[in-house]
Amino acid sequence: MTTAAPPRPAPVATDEDRPITVRAVETGADRLFRRVLAASSAVVLLLLAATTLFLIVKGWPAMRAAGFHFFTDTVWAPDNHHFGVAPLLVGSVAIALVAVAIAVPVSLATALMINEYAPVWLRPWLTSIVDLLATIPSIVYGFWGFEVLSGLQVAPARWIVHNFGFVPLLRSPSAGYFGQSVFATSIVCALTIVPIITSISREVMTQAPRDACEAALGLGGTRWGMLTDVVLPFSRGGIVGGVLLGIGRGLGETMIVVLVLSSAKRLTPSLLGPNGLGSVAKEITENFSDGSTIEKSALILAGLALFATTLAVNAIARLIVARTGVRTR
Amino acid sequence: MRQITPVQAPATVHGSTTSAGRFPNTGGAHSFERPSRPSRIVPASLWELGGSALAALALVWVIFSVSGNSGRSALFGLFVSWFLTFLTVYGVLCWRLHGVLAMKDRLATVAIWSGALVALAPLVAVILFVVFQGAPVVFARFPHFLYADMSKVGGESPVTAVGVGPAIVGTVEQVGLAALFTVPLGVLTATYLVDSRGLFSRVVGSVVDAMTGAPAIIAAVFVYLLWVAPLKHSGKSGFAAALALSVMMLPVVTRASQEVIAVVPSSLREAALALGAPRWRVILRVVLPTARAGLSTAVILGVARIAGETAPVLFAAGGSVYYNWNPFSGQQDNLPLRIFELINQGSANITREAWGVSFVLVVLVLGLFVLARIAGRSRAGGRARPWQRRRATGVRA
Repeated sequence: MTTAAPPRPAPVATDEDRPITVRAVETGADRLFRRVLAASSAVVLLLLAATTLFLIVKGWPAMRAAGFHFFTDTVWAPDNHHFGVAPLLVGSVAIALVAVAIAVPVSLATALMINEYAPVWLRPWLTSIVDLLATIPSIVYGFWGFEVLSGLQVAPARWIVHNFGFVPLLRSPSAGYFGQSVFATSIVCALTIVPIITSISREVMTQAPRDACEAALGLGGTRWGMLTDVVLPFSRGGIVGGVLLGIGRGLGETMIVVLVLSSAKRLTPSLLGPNGLGSVAKEITENFSDGSTIEKSALILAGLALFATTLAVNAIARLIVARTGVRTR
Repeated sequence: MRQITPVQAPATVHGSTTSAGRFPNTGGAHSFERPSRPSRIVPASLWELGGSALAALALVWVIFSVSGNSGRSALFGLFVSWFLTFLTVYGVLCWRLHGVLAMKDRLATVAIWSGALVALAPLVAVILFVVFQGAPVVFARFPHFLYADMSKVGGESPVTAVGVGPAIVGTVEQVGLAALFTVPLGVLTATYLVDSRGLFSRVVGSVVDAMTGAPAIIAAVFVYLLWVAPLKHSGKSGFAAALALSVMMLPVVTRASQEVIAVVPSSLREAALALGAPRWRVILRVVLPTARAGLSTAVILGVARIAGETAPVLFAAGGSVYYNWNPFSGQQDNLPLRIFELINQGSANITREAWGVSFVLVVLVLGLFVLARIAGRSRAGGRARPWQRRRATGVRA
């Protein structure tokens, strides 16, 4: 307002077109409220710090007893002072990776189907169903895997071993047995991962610019051409983030592994049978309560390794997904 | 000159349609009237699809009967070989008839539909299995199953006295306590994360992100070390389980509320501030009431997620075959924990009862999910605006 200039002193009038800085007056109540908010946010930090601290302190005796062998020993037998975390950690990672390898193609197909191929009236229903499947407790999936799938997958596993057994990964650790394997566990874990990857990548794909899609079709492109040249390149980041979240979920999976896997805690490359690799979560669940002090300590240390891996994977995944601006749960 | 524009415009449209309309199935003069759809289903394409499938089946069948494979594992091999052969036959057919672009499109369509089927079929199968195995168990002794306790179960005797009463009480109390702890904390943290942009807030934000997917078993071990082990015999209780569940639930609730609060229009916030309201009043009276519907959805989904967690309650609740209404003393039962214990008992008729408990748990989670959807839907009705709500309640009263 130029009419407001006369009462003001001269120096203000010279830079009157520069925006003035308005500083909000913070009352005492405001300051208190802000402190309360900050204090409640600090609880999450405290939780992380306390968890890490407890795990380190309680895991230290095993670290001192095992030393560097903790990472190099290939056997987990705490009673004989063999604290090789490798079979457990490699097993956890293998389950997560195989599960994601199974889940990714079918999840992407499902996301594309819901977004581009399904009839329009069906789409909200399919979206709701996928979201609902993500909330079904994993012990129910684990129970189903234990009762039904572990038997169903024997025939395919046997066929794979018979025909592709020359690949070290595609063998059974105990010849002739194909149930309760890392492979079976991974299939069930994949069931819990599919809804996660599907729902995230579907939401990213929805954000692909619709006019570019229509332009691709209008120029005579096929639907597949539109998907590969517009939708998929646009949503690549979100898909990668979803896949990483799936890996995080697979790493932390507990009940499915406990119910389906049968492990001998040995470091073997074969995945299609029982008595092979172990899993950190399974080992803790089964042997933590009645283990000796040193075994407990070793299990805590293994848990710490799992915790750190999962946190890193999740943080990276969230960072990638957040950049695409998609809401996640 | 004025007449050229309306005359020429349709001509160019026709021209461009002709040059772009080289989709094999939509040829013919009538394709000028409606937009050409590359994916329209016509009888010819169905014949090609079905013919290729049959041809591939015949080929693979011959090969398998000559090589003499049989049994269930051969059946799986037959299926895989059939699908691959079918893709090859169909691909070659489409390529010869319609060109390479159409071939890619058709093959991708087949792959995407079958991939989606492979993904959704087992998931739906799990739910159907739970319903068909569990519902008979629950409804065979209908109200009894829901309120009886497990104290008469044992050995190989036929199961007639199984009930999930203690487990339902435990789940409701533990999840309720966990929600009581985490919902206020989570919502306050989320408000802070949305409101301030400092270093501290960014660190808290990424910690929340990372903790959202933390392994459940770690929460169990943490609460065991923190609470259960130091207290020795009185350590395992519903309260300890609620603590373990809170560790899992806090990041989930925070994360979800943060997203809901972030979409509150900043114009509302700025209007309130411009009218001279202090910050805390703006948050409590404008921001949070506006986000109310979304917040309730977030909280209910968090509860649904937590109600199914097994590992955190395994070390903390302890399990109990009797009713224990007091979460602060004595071991308590829990639905997922009861499923796990029943599976571990090993005998077949007790495992069958576990399907009944699974059914109860799935129905509970499903109910919460539907409730969350209903709570979220009221957002679209505009009821969430505080000033309208004030007036509406006044009219009703």
